[in-house]
This record gives sequence, structure tokens and C-alpha cells, in this order.
Amino acid sequence: MSDPQPAVTQATLVKKAAPKSDYKPADVSPQRRVQRSFAVRLWSIRHSRLLEWFYSRFADAFLLLHPLWKGIGYGRVEAPIKFVEKRVKGFMFDCRMCGQCVLSSTGMSCPMNCPKQLRNGPCGGVRANGNCEVEPNMPCVWVKAWEGSQNMVHGDKILTVQKPVDQSLRETSAWLRVTAQAAATREAAANAGSGAAA
Amino acid sequence: MTGRQRDENPAGIHLPLDPLPGHSSRGRLERVLRRGEFAVTTELNPPDSADPEDVYNRAKIFDGWVDAINAVDASGANCHMSSVGICALLTRMGYAPIMQIACRDKNRIAIQGDVLGGAAMGVANMLCLTGDGVQAGDQPGAKPVFDLDSMSLLETVRIMRDNGKFLSGRKLTTPPQVFLGAAVNPFAPPFDFRPIHLGKKIAAGAQFVQTQYCFDVPMFKTFMQKARDLGHTEKVFILCGVGPLASAKTAKWIRSNVPGIHIPDAIIKRLEGAQDQKKEGKQLCTDIINEVKEIPGVSGIHVMAYRQEEYVAEIVDESGVLKGRQPWKREIRRDDQMVADRLDRILHDEITETQVDMVKTAH
Repeated sequence: MSDPQPAVTQATLVKKAAPKSDYKPADVSPQRRVQRSFAVRLWSIRHSRLLEWFYSRFADAFLLLHPLWKGIGYGRVEAPIKFVEKRVKGFMFDCRMCGQCVLSSTGMSCPMNCPKQLRNGPCGGVRANGNCEVEPNMPCVWVKAWEGSQNMVHGDKILTVQKPVDQSLRETSAWLRVTAQAAATREAAANAGSGAAA
Repeated sequence: MTGRQRDENPAGIHLPLDPLPGHSSRGRLERVLRRGEFAVTTELNPPDSADPEDVYNRAKIFDGWVDAINAVDASGANCHMSSVGICALLTRMGYAPIMQIACRDKNRIAIQGDVLGGAAMGVANMLCLTGDGVQAGDQPGAKPVFDLDSMSLLETVRIMRDNGKFLSGRKLTTPPQVFLGAAVNPFAPPFDFRPIHLGKKIAAGAQFVQTQYCFDVPMFKTFMQKARDLGHTEKVFILCGVGPLASAKTAKWIRSNVPGIHIPDAIIKRLEGAQDQKKEGKQLCTDIINEVKEIPGVSGIHVMAYRQEEYVAEIVDESGVLKGRQPWKREIRRDDQMVADRLDRILHDEITETQVDMVKTAH
């Protein structure tokens, strides 16, 4: 919770005391420096319903191909799939390859773009115009996530409490992980079903 | 002993209270809230020093007026004495601190360790926060951690308490008994998501929440209405954040520089029109308290009087929220007082007592 503070903050003093130089990089976080503008990301959120529909078909198709992935070996397909996933999701959502995608629960707004990487909802610092407290020119990821989730069929997934990010899964393919897990549950269900029948 | 106060362990003020059914902590704040009394909490301005007296002096001014004191965790990303340190000092003195944990500076390993350490020192209340970004404070070059977020932090501590396990699943021999808190800001967009977000925090483990500064009572009423409709007020104690504004200038500065604090124009106009702006700011705070205490579902107030801590007692007194109740107050116990008096006499009075004399005076 922020305190009201005297007119000159410590941050201002620190900034003023910094050595003078002609080179002044834009006042944004390093995370944003490696990024493009967020126009495409915002388009994706506006079309969250379409993307939700598309992704469910896409996930099914990936699951159908499970024997193929298993045949080649998940370890071997990882590199090419990750190459494609990183670029496609990077273009569409400014994906940061956390490896545990929650886009369908966050209105197609990638929570890893939040400077605080919040995965469960907005912080208390959202500006009155709906922009981020840290990046004043960026719309809050979670304000957009709420808007996006309103358009979606399963928008209420935003209510799920997300577990903390598993940092050991960074830079891995979420598509393959989801497919492998879905295949495993399907097999478990089939086994249980056949066990019950026998 | 006759002089003993309510919610105090007879064996020592620094010791936890007896466990009660339906209570998850052994602290004073939870008892006050569960008894249905209107609770008052406040925030201790953390010192930039290594002197314990600084903490004691700053806590002393709240004596007898508040039920719990927030030990802030580098609020505004400014470096101060740590919340764990402040809690260690406050629990020694018998105060009921609310240990704030911000996710900005510590990863899950450090946080879970601090939760155990805090609980072992007798901290009964923990407030789980995300924390301000590092750009807001005096060390903008620091590495922002944000390993957990407020929600997953709540869940982590709840799992430690209820399941007796670390996040990894490893077992604890003694789980921490804590009353879990969270912060909510009904005054920042997305407004229609905020009450739902509160529900999410309750699901994650929040038992009480403190709100951001409330200067816009109608907006808070709308939020509370929605929270009541969703049934949240039966599951969580809501403490409304209030505080005095020092002047119209400060108010304007806060409005444009501190994200998340919403101050309507009417408030600034009222302050500008006043003769003594500081007094008016205090009066305004009292008026807001009087309005919010009537809102159904509000279980208490959280008075944040940054650099105006001396007004907390007056504000609480004038608003009459305690209804004559006196929260726990640190006072010297009668036996300690007797020992102190006696020592004082032996040390400073020019007398040599012999056993024979002592027997004579005793008769």
C-alpha cells in the first residue's frame, strides 16, 4: 500500500543525483525495451473470443497428433515446435515463454507482460485512465484481461487462482506440455474405464 | 491479577493467547474482529535507523487506541527497517503487529522462511501484498523479484498454516498460526472486476482485508454493495483505509504522483477553502470514518497517517468508533512496578536496610 509522501520523493532525488549525460534512454523498464509496440497484443485481446475458438480446435488437432509426437519423441520435436510457438505467440501476445500458458484464463492478455508479472489480477496501482503504474504509456495488462475475458465463452476461468510460475519451465513449449498432459489424462481415463468394464 | 487486560496472556504480554475454536491465530486482532467489535488498525512509520527505541517510541503514540499495528515492508519501494525486524521488536513489547509481506523483494524461499520466523516470534497477523514497483522508490536500480503475487502468496501461507506444508509439499513440524490479510483497492480500474477480485483473494485465503485510502465514500459504497451481493462480507473482515490529508497541495500531489489513490475534486476544494488546512484534513478524515462505519459489512478502519501519527489517537477518539472500548494498552504490570520502585529506593535513597529493620517495618 503506498503512502502519501512529501512533494519530493526519494526516487526524484536519486534521479536528479544521477550523472548528467547526453544519452537518455526512454524511461521504461528493461523488460519493455526488448518489446515492440503493443498494438497486436491489443488486437488479440479484442478478438479473444475468436482466438479462444481457434485455440480449442488447435489444441484438439495437436492432441490428435499425439501418436506422431510420441513416435518422433517429445524431446526431439521440442526445438522446432518451440521455435514456431515462440514466434507465433510472441507476435500475437508478446509471449514471454514462461512455458505454462494461461492465456485462456486471462482474456488472451499475457500476464507475463505485467511489470510485476501478476497472474491473478491487477495490483492496486492501476492509474485512473487504466494504464500501468510502472509503464505509464502501457494499458494495464489486467484491465485488458478483464475486458478480453468478458468476450469469451469460458471467460469465468479468470476466477481460478493461478499457482506461482514454475521458473524451471521457462523457455519450454507450453503447447507440447498441454498436449502430453491431455494425452496422459485421456489414457488414465481410458484405463480406468476399461478397468471398470473388466 | 486484577489489573489484567482483556486479550492478554497472564504469563507474559509477549506470549500468544490461548487458542480459541474457530480462530486460526492466537492474536488479539482476530479475537476483536470475531467478537464483532469495530477494529482499528494503523501503520507504523518504519525508522531509517538501527535503534530499537525508535520503533518503541513510534508504537507508543498508538497505545490504547489501536488493535494492531502494520509493520510495513519497504512501502513505496523505499528502504527502511524490515517488517520482520519491526515485528520482532513489537512482539517483544506485547504489541499486536500485522506483518506485511511484499513480493517485490523476496522469492518464495525467503518468504516462506520469514513466515515461519515471524510466526515463531509471535506475529499473529500477516498481510500479503504484491508491493510497489521498484521505480517508485529510492533504489530504482534494484532487481524486482515478484516471484509470487499477492494471491499466490496468500495461498502459500494458507497451505503452510492449514496443510502444514511448504509450497514444495515438504512437511512442517509446527505450522504457523496466522490470521491472513490482503489489500484491496476499490478505487482503481477495472472497477467491476474489483469485487470479484476480492472474492478471488478470499478463495486464496484472505480472512481480513485493508483497503487503500478511501476519499470517495460513494465509490466505496458501490464496492461494498457489490461485495455484499456476492456474499463476501460474511467471509472476510473489511477494514476501510482512511487517513488525514495535510493540505490541499499534498492532496493534489498525491493524486497525480501516487498511483492507486483516488481523491475527488470535492475533497481538494474543501481543503482549499479551509482556514487551517491541516485541521480540516483531520476533520475530513473523521467525517469519512463516520460515514464508512455505518456501511454494512465494514468491520473496522485502517488509519494511515503517514508523518501525522500523533493525530491517530485524536481521529479515533473524535470519530467514536471504539464506542468506549479501550484496545490493549502496554502498561507496566503491578509486580514489575513494585520491583522497579524498590530498586529505585535502594539505589537512590541513602538508607542501609538490615533484615531487622525490614521485619520492623513489615509489622
